[in-house]
Amino acid sequence: MRRRDDEWTVLMRSANAGDEAAYRRLLRSVAPVLRAAAYRGLARAGQPVDQAEDIVQEILLAVHLKRQTWDATAPFAPWLFAIARNKLIDALRRRGSRVFINIDDFSETMAAPAAAETLTSAEIASHLDGLPQRQRDVLRSIAVESASIKETAARLSMSEGAVRVALHRGLASLAGKLRES
Amino acid sequence: METDRLIEALAADAEIRQPRIGTTLTWALLLALPVSAVLFMLVLGVRSDVRTAMHNPFFDLKFLVTLALAFSAIAVSLHLARPEASFKRWSWLLAIPAAMVGLGIVAEMMMPHERPWLTRLIGNNAMSCMMSIPLFSAPVLVAALLALRRGAPARPELAGAVAGLLAAGLGATLYAAHCADDSPLFVAVWYSIAVAIVAGVGAIAGRHMLRY
Repeated sequence: MRRRDDEWTVLMRSANAGDEAAYRRLLRSVAPVLRAAAYRGLARAGQPVDQAEDIVQEILLAVHLKRQTWDATAPFAPWLFAIARNKLIDALRRRGSRVFINIDDFSETMAAPAAAETLTSAEIASHLDGLPQRQRDVLRSIAVESASIKETAARLSMSEGAVRVALHRGLASLAGKLRES
Repeated sequence: METDRLIEALAADAEIRQPRIGTTLTWALLLALPVSAVLFMLVLGVRSDVRTAMHNPFFDLKFLVTLALAFSAIAVSLHLARPEASFKRWSWLLAIPAAMVGLGIVAEMMMPHERPWLTRLIGNNAMSCMMSIPLFSAPVLVAALLALRRGAPARPELAGAVAGLLAAGLGATLYAAHCADDSPLFVAVWYSIAVAIVAGVGAIAGRHMLRY
């Protein structure tokens, strides 16, 4: 556990220093842990567990958009779990459950085995349609059709800088839509 | 959408770095304070006997108290913008300005006075105080809330209320330069009511604006 937490902290520091690969590895490493916690939260609230992936993606989005609030001298795991707990509570409330989140939901998960399969959620994808056209096109290209920033720029005849800006705004708008829904 | 693909999109966006909340909040306050200051000069202005007043320690104490409130609330605001923050560890900072007023009251009580304490407490500017402080706080509160939207507070109402304290501290600093009531008793009652109003507005706004 301790080793994993330290590894996350190191990866997040590298990510903040501009290491994209470290950031990708970090997110891939936290996703299964978040998934197990989301399953547990949904099950406890008597909700269908097949919505866990929606919650995982919502947490990842929040982690991404709020990462400047992480203090690089502090361990990463407590920060991550605070965001995850907040989003899980939100998600369960939206689904009409009375929520009792156990603080241990996340520490218990530390022992949970990581599911290897790639899972799909419909929720974020359904909000894509509501975005301004440019943001939608860029997000579709990168997040659905797996294009790189460069390929996306060529495909949409935009500069790479404009693609980056549209991507960032698109992610922020998605988070806003999830919050309002 | 596949989670792996979302992760790819997030990684592709990793390069855009957001400034730290402290930086954003500093800029927001630097932009909002001149607005409040201009508003203050237009509506009230500095009191005419300010040169003599400056020799009165109770006049000076007002600024110490309001600035202590502003700075302690800034520190707590920055702390509360973090998702894993606990309010308990830092809330004692907010007791500093209250303790300063308390000491001021004790000191004033020990001095001989021409006017009875109730007269000093009620003063001549109670209404003006309760209306002006929220007015001069408003630009600061708006700016602070916008800056704190970059944060991820676990308790948005609380974060909003502390942003209200921050704004009220700065608004009250301006107002203190106008108000001729220098008694710590006056400050303890009427400034507190005004500060509470701004904190309440901040809490309500925070509930909507600071959720993430």
